[in-house]
Amino acid sequence: MTLDYAAAVEKYEPTLGLEVHVELNTKSKMFCSCATEFGAQPNTQTCPVCLGLPGALPVVNAKAIESTILIGLALNCSIAPYSRFARKNYFYPDMPKNFQTSQYDEPICVNGYLDVEIETDEGQKTFRVDIERVHMEEDTGKSLHVGGSTGRIHGAEYSLLDYNRAGIPLVEIVTRIVPGTGKYAPQVARAYVTELRDILRSLGVSDVKMEQGSLRCDANVSLAPVGSGKLGTRSETKNVNSLRSVERAVSGEIERQANRLENGERIIQETRHFLEESGATRPGRSKEQAEDYRYFPEPDLVPVTPDAKWIEELRTRIPEKPSLRRKRLQAEWNCPDKEMESLVNAELLDVVEETIKLGAEPTRARTWWLGEISRLANEKEVAPTSLVNAVQVAEVISLIVSGELTDKLARQVVEGVIAGEGSPAQVIEKRGLKVVSDDSALMSAIEAAIAAQPDTAERVRGGNIPAAGALIGAVMKATGGAADAAKVRELLLKHLGQG
Amino acid sequence: MTNIHSSAAEMAAALSKNETTSVELTKLHLDQISKVDGKVHAFLHVDTEGALAQAAEVDAKRASGEQISPLAGVPLALKDVLTQKGIPTTAGSKILEGWRPPYDSTVVSKLKAAGVVILGKTNMDEFAMGSSTENSAYGTTQNPWDLSRIPGGSGGGSAAALASFQAPLAIGSDTGGSIRQPAALTGTVGVKPTYGGVSRYGVIAYSSSLDQIGPCARTVLDTALLHEVIAGHDERDSTSINAPVPQVVAAAKKLDVKGMKIGVIKELNGAGFQAGVIERFNESLDLLVANGAEIVEVSCPNFEYALAAYYLIAPSEASSNLARFDSMRYGLRVGDDGKRGAEEVMSITREAGFGKEVKRRIILGTYALSSGYYDAFYGSAQKVRTLVKQDFDAAFQMADVLVSPVTPTTAFKIGEKSDDPVAMYLSDIATIPVNMAGIGGMSLPCGLAAEDGLPVGFQIMSPVMQDDRMYRVGATLEAALVSKWGKPILANVPDLGGK
Ligand SMILES: [Zn+2]
Repeated sequence: MTLDYAAAVEKYEPTLGLEVHVELNTKSKMFCSCATEFGAQPNTQTCPVCLGLPGALPVVNAKAIESTILIGLALNCSIAPYSRFARKNYFYPDMPKNFQTSQYDEPICVNGYLDVEIETDEGQKTFRVDIERVHMEEDTGKSLHVGGSTGRIHGAEYSLLDYNRAGIPLVEIVTRIVPGTGKYAPQVARAYVTELRDILRSLGVSDVKMEQGSLRCDANVSLAPVGSGKLGTRSETKNVNSLRSVERAVSGEIERQANRLENGERIIQETRHFLEESGATRPGRSKEQAEDYRYFPEPDLVPVTPDAKWIEELRTRIPEKPSLRRKRLQAEWNCPDKEMESLVNAELLDVVEETIKLGAEPTRARTWWLGEISRLANEKEVAPTSLVNAVQVAEVISLIVSGELTDKLARQVVEGVIAGEGSPAQVIEKRGLKVVSDDSALMSAIEAAIAAQPDTAERVRGGNIPAAGALIGAVMKATGGAADAAKVRELLLKHLGQG
Repeated sequence: MTNIHSSAAEMAAALSKNETTSVELTKLHLDQISKVDGKVHAFLHVDTEGALAQAAEVDAKRASGEQISPLAGVPLALKDVLTQKGIPTTAGSKILEGWRPPYDSTVVSKLKAAGVVILGKTNMDEFAMGSSTENSAYGTTQNPWDLSRIPGGSGGGSAAALASFQAPLAIGSDTGGSIRQPAALTGTVGVKPTYGGVSRYGVIAYSSSLDQIGPCARTVLDTALLHEVIAGHDERDSTSINAPVPQVVAAAKKLDVKGMKIGVIKELNGAGFQAGVIERFNESLDLLVANGAEIVEVSCPNFEYALAAYYLIAPSEASSNLARFDSMRYGLRVGDDGKRGAEEVMSITREAGFGKEVKRRIILGTYALSSGYYDAFYGSAQKVRTLVKQDFDAAFQMADVLVSPVTPTTAFKIGEKSDDPVAMYLSDIATIPVNMAGIGGMSLPCGLAAEDGLPVGFQIMSPVMQDDRMYRVGATLEAALVSKWGKPILANVPDLGGK
């Protein structure tokens, strides 16, 4: 007998715990001045310090401390006036020193929380996720095991090591256990990581690209019979590389554990790897015999003792919480849910807000960015914001509103701006895209249209106003779209005695 | 006329008066090395070409009238624990055989910038673990006073080089007495500056929180001159103190201790000390009194536990510091037959590459840091460390400097204690508390013991960043002793057949 998800959560209460690793986007590494750029040739961004050569010593990157404090403040943590690094000792070829320098029992940020909102059967509901700690550490190098069937070091013919990543600053954000989510555990997990990602992005401290590994999530899940008040044995799922995978990994683990329990099997405390294709997890290293990392305070580094005044100054730099900002902007712009979601997904919120701040009307600003500009960006496979900026778009919109550009002309102007022909004004000038507003020029086009369709003109004279559409269309066609349709209509009706 | 028996200050003066050249001086010392080092074995590597090139460069600068530093052109012997770019650096261990560092340690950079000529690398106990150089993987250094005896350790090579006139200056490292104990046993001067006074960048770490680089020479003034070349803040060493270097050269020229309070540490002046050592020590106290100093007795009751605590802290840090020697990136690799896995090759290499004492300390330290034992061992040892510091703080309330004999005995026979590690560890009973507290300590020769005619060392200790005090007292005592003897102590060292 197997339980499906619905049956599993009816019988068992899941408890979540989430550990998120974030690569900071500092220019240099955690303990040396090597560059951190992604994708460089292997082992070109290394030095005696991050290669762990004999005699080399670490020095903490002040920018990394600043970024970590910003993260802590945004997550409502207290910032420790005194924190230390420790050494986590274990052997592995991609660990240059065979210990990782990491904060351990004296982290820099503690006791925070993050509220996340999800859609439940009873409408929107807020879950508070308590943050236990936010601490700094260094990344390891990367190994590529060649040969063998598993891609792991055992059975490999040889291994290639790249130490470019060794020493990249990492921040680890650890939640306390999150109880009481019930069947919504997967959605809460996803909402938490989403919210966290948005916060980190708004702070500008990380690229937060899950697919590149600059944001990694480990999901701890345990089950206990509903109402038992107990905590079950947990598993830790690694290798969860997208927001959708966070949700799938948690629900998959709930189902797997429930079925084991149902069959009278016990849950093994272990690390599991998420399999992207199937949504299942496979067992990794067992943690039954907990590895002894022999932590002790890092004697090569002095304690981190941030000045209280500096912390307060950093606090003033914490931006509005992204989810609150979204709600505020949505209300201000009177924007439908779907459209808001599209803006967020396309990462266009900032630029649209800027465009509106420059005077553009909200609906037009959204439509331009989501419509024409996104379409062009899609064609070129680039980000919309890399094509044009808020100032240019706001200028185009203001020209439309003032009647100097039609939508059709405006699209040509935008094309020109993208092609590098200058500002909207310069493009209009060069391409001669001004709306034809010279009445006499329009009048001759109108007269020509009337001459070509005398019957239609007669119907309009007789009071059939909608019939004017055909004449206006002819005028627009004759002027190549350069005329303002409203103006044409006004002149035409006046000319036919209906003004 | 300067010769190899001159002091570094005399050599520097002769150079500045163009009475000799650096090339000439360097050649004299290279000659002495080739004549006597077959017997002494102070050097692991002599860089004849590099030293002569460096000397020629200094001579050229001097000839062109360029401003050069006081010790420019004077030769020096470098303990093999410091990295020097392109020069074999082993820290006395087989595991680093053949490694040529790609970078200079900060101390080496400063020596090069000051034009001090580096003759070569000196022998030491493997990874500075030992008190006799018998733990060197490359053979024991002999004491120039009696070739059947040890020169002390770990820096026995540097001390023996000075005592056999192979170099007028040397660099040592002192974790528990590795500069001061060899100085005492060879009749030379050695200083362990305040922890953080000299950069550790490029020093192959034994115990990071205790290791300190310091100057060695045959006179207090020479030591002071070298101290000022190598000391100062280094942004590559997080634990280096950002404050002006104490004015030790001026202090070494003062020759006046009137009104100074000299504290004799009760616990380091009696039981377990050789009679001839105590006799010479007390004579020196009388000389200081005769020069106007006041003697007070101080008590440091927690020193009793210092040795035991040291043998938990130092091995703990060592077990982690030495983890990087895993054959993956540099140094020795044994057993890589293309079939064995990385872990196995690491294990075979470490088995072959580390000596007995190093393995003993790695195991000791690994055990002391293990979960379940950490509090009882590493934790308690740190508490003792705090108590030792408090003892010093209280003692320095009563005295400007503290004094004691450097070692319980004069130089012992090669092989005498090599099977009894605890007896060997006791050699450092008077020097270890200084490292535990991070204060400054100096050893200078105060005569020959009546029973064996071997040198005895007098230890002077000064508070954190008050290193000038020990130089002032040391130089005054040295002047009084030399005037009493009518010649420097090293005039008594046997001729090793160099002439
Ligand atoms: Zn680096």
